[in-house]
Parts: sequence; C-alpha cells; structure tokens
Amino acid sequence: MADETTTPRAPEGAAPSGGPGGPRGPRSGGPGGPGGPGGRKFFRRKKVCKFCTEKIDAIPYRDVRLLQGFVAERGKIVPRRLTGVCTTHQRRLTRAIKQARNIALLPFAARY
Amino acid sequence: MQRFYEVMFIVRPDTQDEDVDKLIAGFEATVTNGGGNIRSTEKLGRRKLAYLVRKFSEGNYILMTIDADGKLVAELERRLRVSEPVIKFITVRMDEEQKRIDKIKAIRVTRKKLSAQPVAAPVEAAVEAPAEATPASA
Repeated sequence: MADETTTPRAPEGAAPSGGPGGPRGPRSGGPGGPGGPGGRKFFRRKKVCKFCTEKIDAIPYRDVRLLQGFVAERGKIVPRRLTGVCTTHQRRLTRAIKQARNIALLPFAARY
Repeated sequence: MQRFYEVMFIVRPDTQDEDVDKLIAGFEATVTNGGGNIRSTEKLGRRKLAYLVRKFSEGNYILMTIDADGKLVAELERRLRVSEPVIKFITVRMDEEQKRIDKIKAIRVTRKKLSAQPVAAPVEAAVEAPAEATPASA
C-alpha cells in the first residue's frame, strides 16, 4: 500500500506546477483533507528552512555561494515551495539576491 | 547621527594597482574629511562579472565599511558616480541589521545561561549515583 502511494508521488512532485504544499497553504496544515484537494494521502515530507535550522541570522549579498543554491540555472529566484525556506528568510534572501544582481555578482538572466 | 554603511564598488580591470590605491585613499579622505569613520577596507580582488558592464567582463572588487551620516554618503556616491575607473557601486545600510543580529545573539546568550543551571543539577546527581553504585558493587 505504501509503495503504491509513494511511487506516483515522486514524478508528480518533480513537476513544479501545482506543488503539494503550494496552493494548499502551509505545511503545518497536515493531511487535513486527505483525498480532498488533489487526492493526496500524505503531504510531502516536511521541508525545513535551511536558515532556521542552521541559525543563520544575516544573509549577506556578498556570499555568492550561499545565494547560488537558491537561484535557478537561468538566474531566476527559486520559489519557496521548492526550497522550503520560511517567509522571513525568503524575503531577506530575495533582497540579497537582488542586491547581488545589482553589483554583478549574480546575473539577471543567464544563458539563452 | 552616525550610521553604519557598507559600500562595495568595482574598479575597471585595466587600472594599475597604484591607481586603485590612490582611488581608495581619495575616497577614504572624503569620508574622514566629512566627519565619518572608516571601519575597514577590503580588496576582494579580481572577479569575473556576471554580466558585461561597460564592455568589461572582469572587475576589481573593493569593499569599504564606514560610519557616516546620510549627507556624507550622498557625497561619496556622487564621487563614485563621477570617477571614471569605478564602473559600479552599491551602498547598503547595515546598522539596523546589525542591531537585530546583536539582539538575537544577546537573547541566545541569556537563553543558554538559563538552561545551563537546572541541567547541571540532575547531571551531577546522575554522575554521582552511578559513581556510588560502582564502588558499592565492586
């Protein structure tokens, strides 16, 4: 039973559109509506905010390596439902990425 | 009211080292003459730029942290804008951020102290109990 539910979950989870935690709101909602919206039995494993767990206070724009983990291949900022970052840190992260873009540490749009 | 700022600017890669030093000295003089205080100047060296700036793909990054007031920062930015070797600059205000970080660190320190005391008592009791038990059994 568990196998049947997990395997179809994996390819669906890979598609970024309509991710499980997205339109349904915060993860702490839990399997509140099992089989309700989207017919999902379990919600995805809890993604934790990297900054909260590692207790990183400040996100400086100079730290390119840290920021690059949250930037897609074409230079776009990755949404927080994919990275699992919490709201406050996502806002600070966005600010830092935009500052880094302004000072040519990160590209605005990369490749073609 | 002195505020804490971070100024990062990029100098074109075809300037000589001594010219870069002269530039930096000039900006530092502007800050000190205007009543500011320079905390540090760091040369981050040559880096590849993420996109072409004035047809350059590399640049010399320099980071300056200063204590200044708003008018002085405006003056410094005007000079950065006008100076020919500087191709990009950004000024970020850091004092509020610093206050927040210090507050969090202070809270963390006090929290650690509170948790240290009751933990110490049961730990000592636990250490004593097996210590007494083992010589008793032996």
